[in-house]
Amino acid sequence: MSATLTREDVVRIAELAHLELTEDEITTFTRQLGDILHYAEQVQAVDTSGVPPTSHVLAGAPVERADTVVPCLDRDDVLAAAPDGAPEAGLFRVPRVIG
Amino acid sequence: MADLSSVERLAAATRAGALSATEACRAALDAIAATDAGIHAFVHLDAERALGRAADLDRLPSSSRGVLHGVPIALKDNLCTRGGLTTAASKILAGYRPPYDATVVTRLEQAGAIVVGKTNCDEFAMGSSTENSALGPTRNPVDPTRTPGGSSGGSAAAVAAGMVPASLGSDTGGSIRQPAGLCGVVGLKPTYGRVSRYGLLAFASSLDQIGPFTHTVADAALLLGVLAGPDRMDATAADVAVADYSADLGRGLDGVRVGVARDLLEGVDPEVGAAFEASLAAMQAGGASLVAIDLPHAKYAIPVYYLVATAEASSNLARYDGVRYGYRTSEARTLESMYLKTRDEGFGPEVKRRIMLGTYVLSAGYYDAYYLKAQQVRTLIRRDYEAAFERCDVVAMPTSPTPAFRLGEKTDDPLQMYLADVFTVSANLTGLPAISVPGGTSSEGLPIGLQLTGRAFDEGMMLRAAAGVEAARS
Repeated sequence: MSATLTREDVVRIAELAHLELTEDEITTFTRQLGDILHYAEQVQAVDTSGVPPTSHVLAGAPVERADTVVPCLDRDDVLAAAPDGAPEAGLFRVPRVIG
Repeated sequence: MADLSSVERLAAATRAGALSATEACRAALDAIAATDAGIHAFVHLDAERALGRAADLDRLPSSSRGVLHGVPIALKDNLCTRGGLTTAASKILAGYRPPYDATVVTRLEQAGAIVVGKTNCDEFAMGSSTENSALGPTRNPVDPTRTPGGSSGGSAAAVAAGMVPASLGSDTGGSIRQPAGLCGVVGLKPTYGRVSRYGLLAFASSLDQIGPFTHTVADAALLLGVLAGPDRMDATAADVAVADYSADLGRGLDGVRVGVARDLLEGVDPEVGAAFEASLAAMQAGGASLVAIDLPHAKYAIPVYYLVATAEASSNLARYDGVRYGYRTSEARTLESMYLKTRDEGFGPEVKRRIMLGTYVLSAGYYDAYYLKAQQVRTLIRRDYEAAFERCDVVAMPTSPTPAFRLGEKTDDPLQMYLADVFTVSANLTGLPAISVPGGTSSEGLPIGLQLTGRAFDEGMMLRAAAGVEAARS
């Protein structure tokens, strides 16, 4: 697979990534991401038939803990760190959802 | 007079009562005030809080003094401290004060350490020079025209410049070891799972580890003993017994088998190559034997790393959306546009580049060719190291292919910057522990690091070998 990354690809990826890029960013990223992908394509030359993927390097299974209720972060403390917290309602406030 | 060049000596003085925690803390704050203007290692300082904690420590009975009693320590700006600014050097977390401490912070404080402030880094630890910080670059204390490396450049510089005797960084692809090497200090990345990641702002969760910067291997061993161990807040923090990492440091290099893959040295700076050979010779003179090893897939480590790390980053950084913490755009009138504008305004160019790359390699039609393939080659790199460790106890390499580069030298070419990590990323892909120790200087007086990689959860042998190199080269 050859990485001929197009401007349209970059616009589509930005949508998936929830990034609103400027025209300049789209132009720069089209070139830079294309270069990086072209470089990364060398992995495609490696024979990996029958090789399982590594998604983690844990020595064993993840450590489990007892399923018991313990104290967690205080809601007011968490809401205090939000740009528009509404501690009186116990909620994060956001702009209107339906345009 | 507080000796800020050694955790061991400083803690010995404070534990014995020869020096108060307040005096130790003030010495660090004075050193920061005197030197940091030209270096910019720190991005958030909280002198009042640090001195308050020092005063509390000074009221403790001597029987309650921990192994790090009164030792001032700096934290990379991606480690959470309750109520303290924690911004990952990103605009998107401007003003963020977490409601909790990272587990490493809790453990340091239980041992008596004093957090004096947060150090600069590449935004979200994405970079190799600390130039991707939204708060401006850090300068290398050895030569202020050069970068300290990255991403934990501020933590490396703070120790190298003598402002604090130790600091913590995070290492996803070399972000502790590379700046340690370029600044001439010791930097340790523990085995994946050795240290809890709870409270570390995540970049790539299968690669990230927290570790210390110090002047000596003995100090690194001391700090690892404090930081290591399972944690109910991190299911990946392994339930493996914590060894006495200081126990074997004096055993020397006699009988230690050092694996070397010489074909990987092609293209390194000649002075780095010469310094590496001198380190190997010093290890041999100390009783170590050299073993030629083959790491045939190591040459793919950089592309594998940048495919895996960016994929994980694109997922981890989806949480920064202007709702729960940090920055929110003032422009948006709808929820959707609030997400988009907040992220465009809040993230810097390198973070966006990596989110874009990671999103692309995970997207429909490209997943198998890039992400899955990278994960398979990651397996082959792990197998290379497993085979090598049947024949040797540690693997030696230069930490970086060149000494510290100049500010601005690589900022226009992301791919060139990525290649600075060629020797460090494999330890993250394999999960193995690795350490950078000073291994010579260039003709311009720039530090050159030697990297030793150990077996999983065998930091003891790796630290013993590192202490042997330290003794042989000094």
